Amino acid sequence: MILEVKNLSTSFYTRNGIYKAVKNISFSVAKGKTLGIVGESGSGKSVSQYSYLGLIPTPPGKIENGQAMFQGIDLLKLSQKQLQKYRGSKISIIFQDPMTCLNPYLKISTQLIEPLLIHKNMSKKQALILAEKSLEEVGISDYKKRLHAYPHEFSGGMRQRVMIAMALITEPELLIADEPTTALDVTVQAQILELINELQKKKETAVVFITHDLGVISNVADDVAVMYAGEIVEQASAKNLFTNPSHPYTKALLKSIPANHQAGEKLFSISGLPPDLSKEIIGCSFTPRTSHKTPCNNKASWVEIDSNHWVMKCPQCFELGI
Amino acid sequence: MSLQENISEIAEEEIGTSLWKDAWIRLQNNKMALIGFFVLIVMIVLAIIAPLIAPYSYEAQNLPLGPTPPSWKNWMGTDTFGRDLFTRVLYGGRISLAVGFVATAVSLGIGIAYGTISGFIGGKLDSVMMRIVDILYSLPFILFVIMLMVLFGRNFYLMFLAIGAVEWLTMARIVRGQVLTLRKQEFIEACYSLGLSNKRIITKHLVPNILGPVIVYTTLTIPSVMLLEAFLSFLGLGIQPPMSSWGLLISSGVDTMEEFPWLLIFPGLALAITLFSLNFLGDGLRDALDPKAAKD
Repeated sequence: MILEVKNLSTSFYTRNGIYKAVKNISFSVAKGKTLGIVGESGSGKSVSQYSYLGLIPTPPGKIENGQAMFQGIDLLKLSQKQLQKYRGSKISIIFQDPMTCLNPYLKISTQLIEPLLIHKNMSKKQALILAEKSLEEVGISDYKKRLHAYPHEFSGGMRQRVMIAMALITEPELLIADEPTTALDVTVQAQILELINELQKKKETAVVFITHDLGVISNVADDVAVMYAGEIVEQASAKNLFTNPSHPYTKALLKSIPANHQAGEKLFSISGLPPDLSKEIIGCSFTPRTSHKTPCNNKASWVEIDSNHWVMKCPQCFELGI
Repeated sequence: MSLQENISEIAEEEIGTSLWKDAWIRLQNNKMALIGFFVLIVMIVLAIIAPLIAPYSYEAQNLPLGPTPPSWKNWMGTDTFGRDLFTRVLYGGRISLAVGFVATAVSLGIGIAYGTISGFIGGKLDSVMMRIVDILYSLPFILFVIMLMVLFGRNFYLMFLAIGAVEWLTMARIVRGQVLTLRKQEFIEACYSLGLSNKRIITKHLVPNILGPVIVYTTLTIPSVMLLEAFLSFLGLGIQPPMSSWGLLISSGVDTMEEFPWLLIFPGLALAITLFSLNFLGDGLRDALDPKAAKD
């Protein structure tokens, strides 16, 4: 395992109370494998990843407990200075919106070689050669000239390719793709996914793929963790999860994919809102989303229903479904 | 086919135009700003080479000659001591422009450093630093200058300090505001994810991005600084004769403006032209560097 996160909890101490954004989650990623993390907005997908990278602003954020073993070192015990050596060199991130993630005033070349200059102690010349190669790898035509262009001269898809090149230029062991295709249109989306997949195979990078698009997950992930209200509610191999979804939330997510509907049929959506994370949740957090509105006082428990297929099981809501 | 070639040719030329270059191109299309820019350069050059081109000495008096109106011999006439006004305006430009640029540079340096730190670190430090600015803001400027004069005596360099001490406040506020909005931008967050240190993020990524508004504000600060100098000299708190500055020339010109109006008109014109040029240039720069206009 490249990364093993255990019992990670992150909270935000705000004026309006303590938001428990991530509660006791555990997951792991192996070399060359992809872990998909799905969930709706605010379910803690991104926070769960940024926590162990020191990218959560503290205060208001605070990592309550947990362990994140990366190559035998607990990242949660490192200082910001020490973490800087990991970020961008051993662990890289691709962000959601390529339009805003590049500095508009600097040339692509300057931004591409930055991780090399600070992490690998390369000379500018060496770094530029590598940068050229990396642009070629991500499929930018005319890359020799494009290298010296500015971000505003690139389209959205091309910028995302640049972001990928930038993330992979230091050959990281772990790549975190935070909704890398959400801001792109569908055709470009497919190309970008293919590109990430291809580069991952070539370099045996472990990938954590965050998205709310189950269609994307089914294409790229080896394992899937479904997050809801700061918890992982179901975790299994992609194959198991899609053939045998067990948590009602996973079922509902699958049900709401437009492609699973008949033409003219009303699109399915999950009723209700996720619980307020600043309040203590008594019983099962999924109650407000189910059709029966009476509060459920059962404590959900983490159960293995199949080999390596874990579900957060609440006896009451589980049977009722949505 | 030929159209395609054309397009690819244009595209080739376009690659690698920075926002700065873009802004420069837009500035060139703004006639007034361009004229302002060149007039300003002429003014600066004239001030620099003043000792070489001045026809007379700026302090040698010629009392028998007295005040004479503009003539071929004295282009701008002479003052009540018989000194050549053209020479004095040239030398006065040296002081006025120097005060304008140096004091602005001082305010720029302090303002950018202060504002960036305050905005970037934020939290309690930010509140404390900004309250200090508020307190300094509330000090009456003239009182402050007079206090400095009392403490250190009349001194040319004191004026830089006095003006710089007032002007950096606004600069710090502007920079802080810019940094606050930039700090939350995703490309800065992306910098963190690449493992960049705070120092590198500030110097390499933040400061270049705030330069646009800062440059614009600078071109507007220089005139206000020059006016302050004129104002201080006018009150007798700035430059002392026989040195001259535009402010000083204007103030002595005012005394005799009914009998010898040229003594007021020429230094006034010099100051006005410079201020106009700076304002036009500042206006043009603001339009040219506007990120919203950058997309056309």
